[in-house]
Amino acid sequence: MLQIIQPSQAGTVESNDILIILTPVSADKGIHVELTSPVLKKYGRQINNVIQEVLREQGIDAVHVSANDRGALDCTIRARMMTAIDRAAAKEVLG
Amino acid sequence: MINGVGREIPESIAGIKNIKPYINPFSYVPTGHLTGPAIKVNKPRSEKVLSSIEQAIDASGLKDGMTISFHHHFRNGDYVLNMVMGVIARKGIKDLTLAPSSLNTINEEIIPYMNQGVITAVETSGARGKLGQLLTSGQLSKPTIIRSHGGRARAIECGELHIDVAFIGAPACDTYGNINGVEGKSVCGSMGYAMVDAAYADKVVAITDHLVPYPLFPISIPQTQVDYIVPVEAIGDPKGIASGALRISKDPRELLIAQYATAAIEYSGYFKQDYSIQLGSGGASLAAARFLKEKMKKQGITASFGLGGVTAPFIEMLEEGLIKAVYDVQDFDIPSIESIKKNRNHQEMSASFYANPHNGGPIVNQLDVVILSATEVDVNFNVNVITDSNGVIMGAVGGHQDTAAGAALSIVVAPLLRGRLPMVIDQVHTVCTPGETVDIVVTERGVAVNPLRSDLKDNLKAANIPLMDIEELRNIAYEFAGKPDPIEVSERIAAVVEYRDGTLIDVIRTTV
Repeated sequence: MLQIIQPSQAGTVESNDILIILTPVSADKGIHVELTSPVLKKYGRQINNVIQEVLREQGIDAVHVSANDRGALDCTIRARMMTAIDRAAAKEVLG
Repeated sequence: MINGVGREIPESIAGIKNIKPYINPFSYVPTGHLTGPAIKVNKPRSEKVLSSIEQAIDASGLKDGMTISFHHHFRNGDYVLNMVMGVIARKGIKDLTLAPSSLNTINEEIIPYMNQGVITAVETSGARGKLGQLLTSGQLSKPTIIRSHGGRARAIECGELHIDVAFIGAPACDTYGNINGVEGKSVCGSMGYAMVDAAYADKVVAITDHLVPYPLFPISIPQTQVDYIVPVEAIGDPKGIASGALRISKDPRELLIAQYATAAIEYSGYFKQDYSIQLGSGGASLAAARFLKEKMKKQGITASFGLGGVTAPFIEMLEEGLIKAVYDVQDFDIPSIESIKKNRNHQEMSASFYANPHNGGPIVNQLDVVILSATEVDVNFNVNVITDSNGVIMGAVGGHQDTAAGAALSIVVAPLLRGRLPMVIDQVHTVCTPGETVDIVVTERGVAVNPLRSDLKDNLKAANIPLMDIEELRNIAYEFAGKPDPIEVSERIAAVVEYRDGTLIDVIRTTV
C-alpha cells in the first residue's frame, strides 16, 4: 500500500513521451486524472486505462494525476507513472 | 448509397449539386462540351491598368453570391488572397464562394470574413490550421468541396466550378496583361494552377508588384485572357514563397523508407531507360530522389521526364542529364524557380495538362512511377491525406488522386507510426485516393504490395526488402500503439471529397 505524500513528476514533453505530475490529495478525494494529448480521440480511453491500472496495481486510491501526453506508447506511460509514484510515495510504516 | 470504396454517400446533401457516387477510377464517362468564359472585347488604346484593387472589383462587376478564385503558388508567402478579401469585405459584398487552388496557413487572416458571411462556401484542394478547423466545424452554410488539382481543372473546364472573377498574383505583368512567374521580386516559377482560372473565368484581374512596359516575354498567361491589372506594393513574401534547397534528411527512419522505396522502384520492372517519375516534397521522397540518382548513374539509365511539384533534386538530375525534361505545375524552392527561368527543357504546364482526367490526356497518364505520402493508409490501400487523427481537415489532396490513377506504379511512403498513431489501419477516416490506384505501401518495418498487383509482388521478391501483407503491417502498428478508437462524428457534413472525375469518394462529418 502506497501513499502519495509529496508532489512529484516524471517524463518530458518530447514527442513520444508523457509528462506525469502527481499531487497529493486527501483520502476522500479519490483519483482524478487530467489528461491532455494530441491523440485524445483515438487513444484517450486507453491512456486513461493504463494510468488507472498502474495506480490500482500500486494500491493508490487518492491522487491527482496531471498527464501531458505527447503520443507516448503504453510502456512509456507505465514507466513514467511508476517513476512518478516512486518519487511521490512513502511506504506505510507499520507499528 | 455505398460507393466504390465502401463509404456511405447520402443521396442528397444540402448545397451540393449532382451527387454521383464514386464507383471505380475510370468508370465515369463524361458527355457534352466544355464551358467557356464570357466573351471579351478590348478596343485599341484602351487602358487595363487600374489604380486600386477596389477599382478592379468595381470594374469586374463582382456581386453578392458570385464565385472568386485565387492560386496558391505563393504558398505561405501569399499576400494576394488576404489583400483582395479585405477589400471585398470592406465593400460589403456577401455570400461569395471562395475557390482557390489551395489554402495555406497564412490565409487564416480571412477567417473573420467567413464569420461575417462574406465567404459562405469554399472549394479547395485543402486547408490547414485554423482554416481547416473552421471548414471541419460545419459553420459555413454549404459543405466545402475538396478537389484534386486535376479535379479542379476538370470542374472549371466542364462548368461545374464557374469562376466569376479570378484574381491572379502576377510576379511580372506588362501593361496589357501578359504574365509570367519568373521575373520581379516575388517570383514563384510555374503559373500552372492560375492558367486554368485565367482561361475560364468571366473576368480576370492581375495583381502585380512588377509592372513592366509592353511586351513581357516569356508569356505564361496571355493578354487575351486578362481584363484588369492592379499594381501593388507586394504580392508576397519571397521567404514564404520558396524555400532554399532542402537538406536531405538525416532521420534514419526516413532514410530506411527511402531505401526500400528506391529498391521497390529498381526491381518493379519500370526502372529502365526513358522511364518517367514524379516525387513528393516530403523527407522520404527527397531522400529517395538521391538514392535513385545513384542507381540511375550506376546502371546508366536516364529518365524521359520528371513531373511535379518541382524540387531541387529534380533540377540536379535535369542539369546532370539524368532527366531529359521536367514538366512543372508548381515550384517549391529557389533552384526550381531559377531552372524554369533559364532551362528550356524545364517546361511550364497548366493544372489541366498535368492532371485533368477529362481532356485529351493529362501527362500523369504517361507517368511510370510516382512516390506519394500519406496521413493514413488502410488495409484496402485507401489513402487519407486530408484529415488528421482528430478528424479535422489539415492537408490537401493536391495531385495525389491524379498521379496515383495515372502512374503505372504508385508508391505510398509513410512511417508505420507517427508518435503513437499507426499509419496503417483498418479503415482510414477519410478516403481521398482509392486503394485500387495504390500499388505499394512502404514503411520502415515492411513493404506491402496491393494484391491486385501480383505481377509486382513477383518482381519485388528479388529486391531484398521486407515484403509482407498489409494486414501484417497493421498488426505490427497495433502491437505498439493499440487499436485506435474510431473518431466520433455527427450527422452534419462539413465537406465532401470529390474524386478527380467529379464523383464523391467520401464525406467529412463534423466531429463530436
